[in-house]
Amino acid sequence: MQAFLSSLVSVLFHGVAYGMILYVISVGLSVTMGLMGFVNLAHGVFAMAGGLLLSTAMSKFAVPFPLALLLAFVAVALASVVLERLLYSRLYSAGELAQVLFTMGLIFISIAIARQLYGTQAAPVFLPDYLKGQINIFGRNFPAFRVVLIFISAIIVVALWFGVERTRWGATVRAAVDNRYMAQSVGINTNRLFMVTFALGSGLAGLGGALGSDILPVQSTYPLENLVYFMIVVAVGGLGSLSGPFIAALMIGIADTATKYWFPELGAFLIYAATIGLLLWRPQGLFGVRS
Amino acid sequence: MSAPALETRDLCKQFGALTVASNINFRLEPGARHALIGPNGAGKTTFVNMLTGALPATSGKIMFGGEDITQMAQAARTKRGLGRTFQITSLFRDLPVLDNVALGIAEREGVSLNVWKPASSYASIRDESMAHLETMGLGPEALLCVKDLPYGKQRLVEIAIALGLKPKVLLLDEPAAGVPSLESGRILDVLADLPKDIAILIIEHDMDIVFRFAQRITVLVQGAVLTEGTPDEIAGDQRVRDVYLGEGGHD
Amino acid sequence: MIRSGSYSGHARIGIMEALPWIAAIAVYFLLPEYLSLGARIMIFILFTLSLDLILGYAGIITLGHSVFLGIGAYTAGILSVKLNVNDPFLQLIAGCLTSALFGLVSGAVILRTRNLTLLMLTLAITAIVYEIGNKASSLTGGADGLPGVQVNPFFGTFEFDLWGRTGYVYCAIVLFVIWFVVRRLIYSPFGAMLTGIRENTPRMHALGAPVYQRLLIVYTISAGIAGIAGVLMTQVTQSVGLNVLTFEVAGDVLVMLILGGVGRIYGAFVGPVVYMVAQDLLAKQFPEYWSFGVGILLVLVVFFARGGILGLVDKIVDRARTP
Repeated sequence: MQAFLSSLVSVLFHGVAYGMILYVISVGLSVTMGLMGFVNLAHGVFAMAGGLLLSTAMSKFAVPFPLALLLAFVAVALASVVLERLLYSRLYSAGELAQVLFTMGLIFISIAIARQLYGTQAAPVFLPDYLKGQINIFGRNFPAFRVVLIFISAIIVVALWFGVERTRWGATVRAAVDNRYMAQSVGINTNRLFMVTFALGSGLAGLGGALGSDILPVQSTYPLENLVYFMIVVAVGGLGSLSGPFIAALMIGIADTATKYWFPELGAFLIYAATIGLLLWRPQGLFGVRS
Repeated sequence: MSAPALETRDLCKQFGALTVASNINFRLEPGARHALIGPNGAGKTTFVNMLTGALPATSGKIMFGGEDITQMAQAARTKRGLGRTFQITSLFRDLPVLDNVALGIAEREGVSLNVWKPASSYASIRDESMAHLETMGLGPEALLCVKDLPYGKQRLVEIAIALGLKPKVLLLDEPAAGVPSLESGRILDVLADLPKDIAILIIEHDMDIVFRFAQRITVLVQGAVLTEGTPDEIAGDQRVRDVYLGEGGHD
Repeated sequence: MIRSGSYSGHARIGIMEALPWIAAIAVYFLLPEYLSLGARIMIFILFTLSLDLILGYAGIITLGHSVFLGIGAYTAGILSVKLNVNDPFLQLIAGCLTSALFGLVSGAVILRTRNLTLLMLTLAITAIVYEIGNKASSLTGGADGLPGVQVNPFFGTFEFDLWGRTGYVYCAIVLFVIWFVVRRLIYSPFGAMLTGIRENTPRMHALGAPVYQRLLIVYTISAGIAGIAGVLMTQVTQSVGLNVLTFEVAGDVLVMLILGGVGRIYGAFVGPVVYMVAQDLLAKQFPEYWSFGVGILLVLVVFFARGGILGLVDKIVDRARTP
């Protein structure tokens, strides 16, 4: 019993850490898909880029960890704006197939570039000494980095909710998710809104990829390997929702950690089956604005 | 005793807290020429969508020739003889005009599950499609792509498709919407020549068309029936003038 | 120009449509050292053709078509290795039926949804089937797959030979038969109706077509054909492995179809030929650039050539005709 409780705490802890990372990475995908109706399979590319940037900045240029995180966010956000203006924006009304193919193309290109620059091994994670130890909470030791990771993610989540629920920008986003044409007709500049939202979502993915690089190892196949999980978070949580993907990400994080711990022979089977079941029950996801 | 061609009893539709149809009781007699009018946002298209099954009703009943079709799928209603045209032209834009009509006839005839015989070998379907197009004066355009037709003619294709389904009841959702007045005369001629045994419900903003075409008019305001009567009664009704016909009114 | 069943056109088989078969015969006599590549290409043509049916004609976007290839391939493998059923035609029929059955069941589930949810479900089903293929190792051999698949000689005489002649002819005959069936289907009222669904689904509902049921039928047929492609793959390579169940294969077939041209039957012929010949020439020499090239290709097709190679050919022909 004691042993079970101990492993339960451990599973919950690591599951929450995993879920938080999934959320930080995927939330941008949910908002952009809900807002623009754009099927962006290449979202994981931004997360991988964040992870690679962090690793490179810390190992090659000795950038301190917090600064490297910030760099991952800013650089990925800026790069995504260039992509959005040059390419994505041309396909907003092009239909699902064109969007799927284009973003598949981006995945292939990014995988090739990442492999060329970093090889096939996972990019090493360099933690500063103060994050390497254990932190004692309620008489139990937890790895310091994961505690910090949960903490930072929680701050991001709160900031994001505050931004969307309480600011003028958030109000326009919500209005445009609800009804894009209505928003346009009351004078909201949807072009700029798309751009800013896309940049923020991609930047968060970069940050999440960097922050989570010891949970989701950053290697060249990253965008393809994790695609299904990012998509599940969005589809199960519901397009255009902030809280839905949060709950979905935590559920998946915990369920995945639990199955790996207790039923490793099942693999990811349970999660996929649960996803299918849930989507049949609610095609628009848990909190979806639209399907 | 003959059942009405189409009838609704206390038909309601709510979107969340918003009521867009409240207790609509409506009868369409066999062979009727009936118009549904009302200001913008009165719920006319919602009502039509409930009749065809594109939208589920929240409560109430829809009867078709005495049969309860409230829960029936759209395709099944079409099979029973409930046809419609769309307010916003909804055609197969990249297909030839003739195929637009033929696809419907093929469904009516139940040949669509044939996977072996070439579609082009169904001479009867081609001929019947052609006949409907000739009626509309679209014979010369039969082999053109729909998207290459002027808008007024696309509206006629809509009607030809609906006629191809051999409907007992035909719902015309603003058949002349967006058509320049020069061409709308042609549409009116076509409407006047529609077979007498089809009961027709027309939803229209153009009062010229309504008053020249309809024998009965129902006025819908804010999702509820305000009144119903002959064109003369409606034209003389002060409430209708107030809410709908507005300042100018009908001459 | 109509490339499907039309009540106003005709369904005659044109001279140009003989080209693939002339090419297939020419390769057999002129390029005997490429017969095994040729067989692989024909298998992928079959697979791509099955995708074209649902994507190009019915408009269903799927990221998981590899499932059906895989189920066909594993059915043949399991029949031979576990049950010692080595008759080529029995394997073929069994693989086709199993895959079609899975298409029917999974289609009944996923075709109720649309857009992103549908896309997502195809991803999830693919992932699940891959997991099963990986974990149910007593049946599937797990990560090792099932080597040593046996196929009896055809009609007791034609054995699979080292040079791949029998395999090539066998694949060509199967492809020919399926091509004929698919072509009939495309030009039939059923094909016309599918085009209608792709072009304007709400309108098909209003015409009285039970759209869900129709999509389920074509999904099942497509699954069966993909299953046949899977069986051929197992028989020709005499083994089956997890690679047939991966997203990579689902992606490959999508790329091949897009490259050739969607919704026009022969796009499914041109795409795999170009893609796989290029792969054979380039991927071995420049493996690091291959996926980069495929990615660039996809982006270029999306932005400049939605109709794929055949779409470009059409444009050039049109331009040549109009002075």
